[in-house]
Amino acid sequence: MMKNTEQDYSHIKGWGFDADPLDVPSYPMKKRTENDNKGMIWERPPQQPELVEVLHSNERPGLTAVFGTPNPPAGLSGKIRRFAFRYSESMIRHWLLLLLADRVNVMEGVHQDIRSGHIPDFFGELGGKAELKYNKAGLIRKVALGVLVGVVAVACLRRKNE
Amino acid sequence: MLAMNYRGPYRVRADRNKPMPRIEHSGDAIVRVTRSCICGSDLHLYHGLVPDTRVGTTFGHEFIGVVEEIGEAVQNLKVGDNVLVPFNIACGKCVFCEQQLYGNCHESNPEATAVGGIFGYSHTAGGFDGGQAEYVRVPYADVGPMIIPEDMDHDNAVLLTDVFPTGYQAAEMGGIKPGDTVVVFGAGPVGIMAAKSAWLFGAGRVIVIDHLEYRLEFVKNYAQCEAYNFRSLEDPVLFIKKTTDWLGADVCIDAVGCEAAGDAMQTITGRKLMLQAGSATALHWAINSVKKGGIVSIVGVYGPTGNLIPIGNVVNKGITIRANQASVKRLLPRLIEHIQSGRIDPKQIITHRIPLEEVSDAYHIFSAKLDNCIKPILIPPSARK
Repeated sequence: MMKNTEQDYSHIKGWGFDADPLDVPSYPMKKRTENDNKGMIWERPPQQPELVEVLHSNERPGLTAVFGTPNPPAGLSGKIRRFAFRYSESMIRHWLLLLLADRVNVMEGVHQDIRSGHIPDFFGELGGKAELKYNKAGLIRKVALGVLVGVVAVACLRRKNE
Repeated sequence: MLAMNYRGPYRVRADRNKPMPRIEHSGDAIVRVTRSCICGSDLHLYHGLVPDTRVGTTFGHEFIGVVEEIGEAVQNLKVGDNVLVPFNIACGKCVFCEQQLYGNCHESNPEATAVGGIFGYSHTAGGFDGGQAEYVRVPYADVGPMIIPEDMDHDNAVLLTDVFPTGYQAAEMGGIKPGDTVVVFGAGPVGIMAAKSAWLFGAGRVIVIDHLEYRLEFVKNYAQCEAYNFRSLEDPVLFIKKTTDWLGADVCIDAVGCEAAGDAMQTITGRKLMLQAGSATALHWAINSVKKGGIVSIVGVYGPTGNLIPIGNVVNKGITIRANQASVKRLLPRLIEHIQSGRIDPKQIITHRIPLEEVSDAYHIFSAKLDNCIKPILIPPSARK
């Protein structure tokens, strides 16, 4: 049965404080202005200079007034991203190509690290120290499972070769 | 400078050689970060689920800090101000900002039109670096950032940049009326704040559904609500129907998003094979648990591609669905009032304070739900002196 809601809420701090929508200054209401339905006519902020390549959705003209500049598209992942942006946000290929580019970009990141003399610390980057501290049993299980899968794979390959 | 650096799914590191951000637009400010949080939605990036998350990106859209430098057009801030920075990057002038839809600004994200710019949230949200760093570039510094009130604890201030406003807006979008039964799916930080906020709108009953006992225990105590583990329920939808006289809840809030557990088909197609934009289990449960004519409020993060959701039930039940990224700036005055009056003390959800240098471990602890973690915050070295 439904719980009886006729009860004393005095133990709940602030109960009902925002219950009246008319007394909530933040309650979202559409603010109508004379500019409604007139398109992109607002006073645009000054344009940030485009010093790196910035990809933009084909569902809007040009760039927004500001944008992020780190990690501009580069390499093979950059090529895939540029291709993805030929398609609108409503096309699944736009997003799947971007996800593909992300995976390629991960390989590029490892390559870039090694080329610059940095050997990636996979154990540390994956949070291995925390796993060791808070989930030792889980870590042992994962390592054991990995070893088991490896042994089975090697055994299967040997059998195939024989 | 020191900054978090994304290297691929589940792999991040603290990088000491990240270039310092610089003023790139007359409205920019450079902020020295004093606290930043890891948000549940950062985990979707961390797990590789958000398209166009480029290697080398610094995450972090929940941060506060001290203004170090301002662009020539900035008028409302000065060097040395302590500011809290809403996660939305908003121009304050476009047609959407005019409607206070700061999460949908049309002048901050060239790469997608659905969402506005967000700090450290992939190039799909504008390609800005985030605040899990020593310094961060803050565009439109006259619009978003707010000077932290003198008497406000900085731990509360950092939770005003996203998690509290998002939880509050989830309750607000639910249109809760006094006496309503509200069900919140997800007892992560946002779900906890949504449950807490539901009382402010006069809820008569607040129920939270999750699968992690420590989070259920936490939300039960912090938000004084009922909390149930869906793993111990045969069917959460049936349970909610049964406990609401077989009618359904008045309002259901999805505070989970694309990494929901609890349904094998959704897990396989959404999280493992990525055939849809994440698992929509919480949204299914919300739509199916709400009363006919009720309201479903969504603040859980979903990817931009399609999802398998029971739209037929939405039509047949006459449900209203409301959803958005929180418009933090719009909500701040009221939420500051709630904190100052003692009605809500958000900082109680912070369970871990971790040096920025240990960001890899911080992400792993939060992602793997180790050490009863509810909300971790990262402290850069300069803020620890």
